[in-house]
Amino acid sequence: MTNYQVHVTIENKPGISDPEGKTILNDLVLKGTHQNVSEIKTAKMLKFSIDEKDKETAQSKVNEICDELRIYNPMVSIVKIDVFDA
Amino acid sequence: MNVGVVVFPGSNCDRDMFHVLSDVFNLNAQYCWHDKPLPDNLDAVILPGGFSYGDRLRAGVIAANSPIIQDVKKIAQKGLPILGVCNGFQILVESGLLPGVLLKNDSLNFMCEWTNLIVENNKTPFTNQFELNQKIPIPIANGEGRYYVDDETLNKLEEKNQIVFKYDQVVNGSLNQIAGVCNEDGNVVGMMPHPERAVESEINPQDNKPSTLIFESLLKKAGIEN
Repeated sequence: MTNYQVHVTIENKPGISDPEGKTILNDLVLKGTHQNVSEIKTAKMLKFSIDEKDKETAQSKVNEICDELRIYNPMVSIVKIDVFDA
Repeated sequence: MNVGVVVFPGSNCDRDMFHVLSDVFNLNAQYCWHDKPLPDNLDAVILPGGFSYGDRLRAGVIAANSPIIQDVKKIAQKGLPILGVCNGFQILVESGLLPGVLLKNDSLNFMCEWTNLIVENNKTPFTNQFELNQKIPIPIANGEGRYYVDDETLNKLEEKNQIVFKYDQVVNGSLNQIAGVCNEDGNVVGMMPHPERAVESEINPQDNKPSTLIFESLLKKAGIEN
């Protein structure tokens, strides 16, 4: 078994409003001198440390946990799962 | 009438609810701790407001995995009246007992203020004493109260008369001003505002009578004249 770091990023689906991201864009970034920024989206990241036989299994296991325990709400959120060597 | 008030770690409106049930409406209220089975003598169950598990991950999602929720699902299937208030509503949607999701308020602020509800469905065990479109002055107190469903679910909610309460104006960005919904059978109701904070004239600067009808509807459902 090898230890892997699995990053789970949860963000709103397109079309679901993200007032925090909009506030950071409009009231912080665009009020500075960074006019080339067009969008900022907030997200939540959970970092799992998991022992599995390989990267693929680590990814599918964490995916399964996320679905089973509703770590993200599929009605409004999408999830991205990235695996790294510990 | 025996009414269970489910208590999770972080519930904080459980005692207000218990007080209203027992001292205002003379019901036999009992606390039900989240990791114990639900007593089998209950005629109705209320999930009170608060901050179960500190709203960690997402309001209501951790409590929705508590052992007692399996029992709540069983009695929901039997048709017993179940009311979720605020965090209780969030737990009901996260457990799949009610459709939709409660997102952070548009303002991103915790909102604690008086609102007006409009009754959209007066057939549930918690609204049968209301006239349709009756107004209820009632306070909200939440950070994640913005109701959202996708278009397909919204159509179904409208078709099956599952929208129970709406705000009378834009409050927090809730889709179509939805403040409360029920399941298809109508016995499970969730609402963001706090009726237990509105039924007594001493703490209601407006009109406490409409809020009392939420509990009087439950009494009516149980065949009790108050």
